This record gives sequence, structure tokens and C-alpha cells, in this order.
Amino acid sequence: MKDQGSEVAMRLLIIEDDRDAADYLVKAFREVGHVAELASDGEEGLAQALDGQYDVLIVDRMLPKLDGLTVIGTLRSKGIDTPALILSALAQVDDRVKGLRAGGDDYLPKPYSFSELLARIEVLARRRGGREEMVYRVADLELDRLSHQVKRANDEIILQPREFRLLEYLMKHAGQVVTRTMLLENVWDYHFDPQTNVIDVHISRLRSKIDKGFSQQLLHTVRGAGYMIRDGR
Amino acid sequence: MTALGKLFRTTTFKLTLVYLTVFALFAAFLLAYFAWNTRRLVTQQIVATVDAEISGLSDLFQQGGIRRLIFAIDDRGSRPGSSLYLLTTAAGEGVTGNIGSLTSGILDKSGWTETAYRRIDDSDTAAEHQALVRVLQLPGGFRLLVGRDLQERERLHDIIISAGQWSIAIVVVLGITGGFFVTRRVLKRVDAMTGTAQRIMSGDLSGRLPIAGSNDELDRLAGNLNVMLERIEALMHGLKEVTDNIAHDLKTPLTRLRNRAEEALRTAEDESQYRAALERTIEESDGLIRTFNALLMIARAESGQARDGMMNFDAAEIAQGIGELYEPLADDKGLTLRVEADEAAPMHGNRELVSQALANLVDNAIKYAAPDNATLAPDTPPLNGVQPEIVVKAAGDGDRILLTVADNGPGIPADDRVRAVERFVRLEQSRSLPGSGLGLSLANAVARLHGGELRLEDNAPGLRSVLALPRAVSVAPASPPEARERATIPSA
Repeated sequence: MKDQGSEVAMRLLIIEDDRDAADYLVKAFREVGHVAELASDGEEGLAQALDGQYDVLIVDRMLPKLDGLTVIGTLRSKGIDTPALILSALAQVDDRVKGLRAGGDDYLPKPYSFSELLARIEVLARRRGGREEMVYRVADLELDRLSHQVKRANDEIILQPREFRLLEYLMKHAGQVVTRTMLLENVWDYHFDPQTNVIDVHISRLRSKIDKGFSQQLLHTVRGAGYMIRDGR
Repeated sequence: MTALGKLFRTTTFKLTLVYLTVFALFAAFLLAYFAWNTRRLVTQQIVATVDAEISGLSDLFQQGGIRRLIFAIDDRGSRPGSSLYLLTTAAGEGVTGNIGSLTSGILDKSGWTETAYRRIDDSDTAAEHQALVRVLQLPGGFRLLVGRDLQERERLHDIIISAGQWSIAIVVVLGITGGFFVTRRVLKRVDAMTGTAQRIMSGDLSGRLPIAGSNDELDRLAGNLNVMLERIEALMHGLKEVTDNIAHDLKTPLTRLRNRAEEALRTAEDESQYRAALERTIEESDGLIRTFNALLMIARAESGQARDGMMNFDAAEIAQGIGELYEPLADDKGLTLRVEADEAAPMHGNRELVSQALANLVDNAIKYAAPDNATLAPDTPPLNGVQPEIVVKAAGDGDRILLTVADNGPGIPADDRVRAVERFVRLEQSRSLPGSGLGLSLANAVARLHGGELRLEDNAPGLRSVLALPRAVSVAPASPPEARERATIPSA
């Protein structure tokens, strides 16, 4: 978990009525260097979100007084577009769709692992910064989103369309942990859990194309969490 | 008495009563109309007869004077069944006729009058009769009264009335009796249904409503309710099975989890050992969550809840997508994965679930068709000269879409194929492989949600799993929300 911490500290608001779960989250976020504040019901959460400057909101779907979707919907209608991640015990696809339609930016079914939550939160916070360059670069690896060209040390690498999208997603979030579920959702658009780790095989194929023969490995496996592309040094 | 009271309170009996009342009222009205008309007709006849007699007698008087008139009256008056005659002087003294006594004052009235009278040969104490009479003033102050007895008319009237009363009475009695029997018959069948329903409510789910075989509305109702009961029984059975399976297959890994944690507490000596034990614990609980999610998904698909997320999509695209997702894994295991889905296969359904079902079938094929140790030596020559391969296919077949995953591995013996689809069943030869054993049951549940089926066939050699899904989902009756809630496995 320690190698997952990011350089920039984030300010998070957790709206969750389960005290135990909330305390655990606050503590876990503090350990990786983020500041998390707590609201234990929908109304309180809405008031805090309206007042404070947060990087990401973590909103439980079922809350006392005001449910999570309403909180997010109200914020959006007031023009506040702080990224929001919905936590829910309802893990079904249509619940997810409902959550995103209400203005949520991501959806994570309970029970979740902290590393998954952290990875998603960091991606959400970074999304705000707007990283939409046409060419992604990590060390000597270069991906041109317009011409669909990939080069490592100026040698062109031929990738399958899906491999290109996989690398594109990893490089877009360079320096951040990307989980298998995130890859399955964003690169393949599947929201179910394949019983075997199909993603690992795709990653190892991609790795053999971009890292094989180079002393500096760029595509790293983060144990217990996922993958990360970064300039090793 | 309560049985009788129940009978009187039935809809059938009430309807019988209403119909009977309406019918009786109508019959009474008809009867009254008939009686009144008959009476009028008879009166008209009497009037015509009396008129004819008066004009005849008045002619006689004009031709032959009073003597001739008296003679004619005497003659006519003595015939049996004759009309009534009375000739008087101006002073009112009787000259001749067959009337003995009259209500006084009648002779002074002109025109038609109804009056009581006695015949001349009746005794004074005899009952008076009713007659319809007319008085004619003759020249010379004579007055001639002619009339006819009304007894016949009254008798006819009485006969009609009493016949009518009797027939109405009979109709009412027969109607009530008939209604009683019909009601009792219906009530008996409804009672039988109620009895069965009560037995079912008290826990015997195998009960079915009796069908009389007459194909009437009660039979149709019973038939439909029986279909519903069958569905409920299947759902309850499924629920019980789920509970049993959860108890069995979730308890095993839970016990393992607990034992390992306990063992670590007891025997671990340094931090790294604790860490390893904790990591295993997390792994194990991830597996548990995965199994649990799969179970929930199956329950949801089977209870029809996932019907909300239906949309139009191309099954060929799904086949290509899943094929592409699994191709590297298959390749890793020494299998060739080929997708045959060049033609669009548009269908309506839950895209996510169909994808997952197909993914499970491919996953299964890869697990079971992979040659042993393939991962260690990817370049080993194919077994028995057969190149191990998996073919994923999407094709239309009439009004169905067939998503097929075919392998040429060991396959499943024919006897085991049905069992293979059931939850948690892992056939003997596959016990050693990882997986929850839920892949095929989920695919089966998804197929059923779409009104299709999962078929396991012999690929000679190997296994061919076919998801046969209708292009458009027929609108199956959605279960009510509460029932749906209950059909789901109690969630955390």
C-alpha cells in the first residue's frame, strides 16, 4: 500500500453513516498522505461539500436524511462539479448506471479493497487537472493519440488496437495505480468480474512489447493493487 | 346453517335472485296486460251482442207494436243462456222480461251500466249476479232494458289470473331451487380451490387446484393459478437450493479462512509470517466476495430483476469482444481461440449479462480444454495430432441468436451435462481447477432470463456450449416487487 501513495496530498470528504467504515477510511487515507473529513449523514455531507474545497467526494449511496444520489444531484445543480465516487452495497449494472446518471463520476460496489478505492480516487482527482495532451510521454516511451503511433527510444512499436487503448489508458494515468477492474471497465467496457485474471495476460503481452530488451522497466505491477506505468529511475 | 348462509352469500346465488326477481316482475306485468286485454275483448263482444238485440227488438216494435215485442221478449228470454230482458211502462211497472229484481234507478239511466240483478226464476235469497245492461226509450213511454250476464267474463279473468299466479310461483320455486344447486356446484369447486390454497399456504407447495375438465372459466382460472403455483414452487425450490448451497459452499472457505487466521495467531513468529497469513486471508475473502457476487447475480437473473437493463445490441460484437479479451489467456494455455462472427446478429437483451455469460463459457472452455502443462511448454506438439482450439461463434438461427463456444478438449460425459449446469456442481475431473463452479449456472440463469436456454452438446471430441437466446425477449410476467425482493438471496 505504501508504494501507492501519491506526491500530492488530497482533501477528501467522506459521507458515510457507518462509523467504523468511515473511521477506517479516514485513517487509511491519512496513512497515504491525504486529508479526509467526515460527514455522517446526507444533509451534513451536502452542507460540507457546499462549503469546503475538496478534491474528491466519497459518497455512500444509502445515507440517513438525504440519500447519496440526491446529495450529488443537488451539488451538480448548484454548479459544483467536485468529482464524486459513489460507494454502494448495490453492485448491479443498472444501479451503477443510475449512480453515474445522477452525477457521480465513479461507482464502487461494497465490499471494496482500499487499494481499489485509493486508485480510483487518485484518478478522479487528477482528472480535474485535465491531462488531455495529444502525445503522452513516459521516459523514452511515447504514444501519439492522433496518429496512433507508439515509440520507445524512437523505435516504432506495433500494437493491436486494444493494446493501444490499454497503453493509452495506462499512460494517461502515468504514475498512478490502475486496478484490473478499472482497466476492464475503461479499456474493455465490461463491468463484470471475469473469473480468471484475463487482464494479467494482456498486460504481460503489452509489457513484452514495450519493455522487452530495455534495462529500464516502465510497466510495473503493484502488488495487491494493479499496475502502474512510470519513469522508474 | 353456516353452510347455507355461505351459499346464500355467494355471487352465483345473488345473481340468481336478481335474475329471478326481474323475470317474475316482467311475467307479472305480461300477465296483467294479458288479463286486461282479454277482459276488454269480452266486454266488446257483450256490447256488440246487446246492441244487435236492441236494434232487432226495436225493429220488431216498430213493425208489430208492443204485442209483437212482448212476444219476442218472452220467446227469447226463455231460451237457455239467453240475454236479459225487461220491458216496463213509463211508470216503471214491469210488462215482461226474465229479470226478477234490479238495482233501483237503473231504468232512468241511459247508455251502458253495470248492475246487480236476479233472474225471475231465482229465489229472493239467491246471490245477485252482475250484468252489463242498456236501456232504450220506446215510443209510448215504454222502456226496454237489454243486457248480458258478466259471469263468464269474470270467470275467464279469474282463470287467467290464477294460472298466471301459479306459473310465477312455479318459476320462482324452480329458479331458487336451480340457483341453489348451481350455486352449490360452483361453491363446491371454489371450496376445493380454497382448501388447496390453504394447504399450499400452510406449506405444502406441491398442491395444485383441481380442474373439472369442462374447460369453463373456473377451469381456466385454476389452470392459470396452477402455472403460477408451479413458478412459485420452482422459485421456492431455487431459494432453498441457494440457501443450502450457500450453507455448504460458503461455509467451507469461511472455515478455511478462520482456521488459517487462528493458526497464524498460534504459530506465527515474526512479522513476515503474520503478513503472509494476512495476505492469504485477504485473498480468501476476495474469493468469497466473488462467489457471493456470482450467487447474487444468478439469483437476480433468475428472479427476472435484470430485465430493467435490456437494450438492443449486436451479439456478434459481444462474441468478438469476449474472444479478444480471452485470446491471450487461451494462447498462454496452448489453445488457439478463433472467433467466427462476421455477420451482425442484432438482438434485444441485457448486454452486460450476455457478455458475462459468454465470458464464463469461454473461461470454462479454456480451463477444461487446455492441454496439461501447456503453460510450461507452449510449443509442445499437439496431443493425438489434434490442435487444441476454441471456437467462439455468433450466428442467427431463425428467431434466435446462437452464441456458441466449442472446444475439442475432454468434454463432459452425456450423463453429467445436466448436472453441470446446476449451481456449485463441479464434476469429478475438474475438482482440482480453480473457480467457484458457478460459471455455467450463471450462463444458464442468463439464458433463462432472456427466455432462451443453455445447451451443452457433444462436439466430438470436446464440449460445445450453446447460448440460444431469442432475438427479442418475450414479455414474461414480471413478478411483483416484494416477491422479487424476497426471491433474492438475503444480501449483506
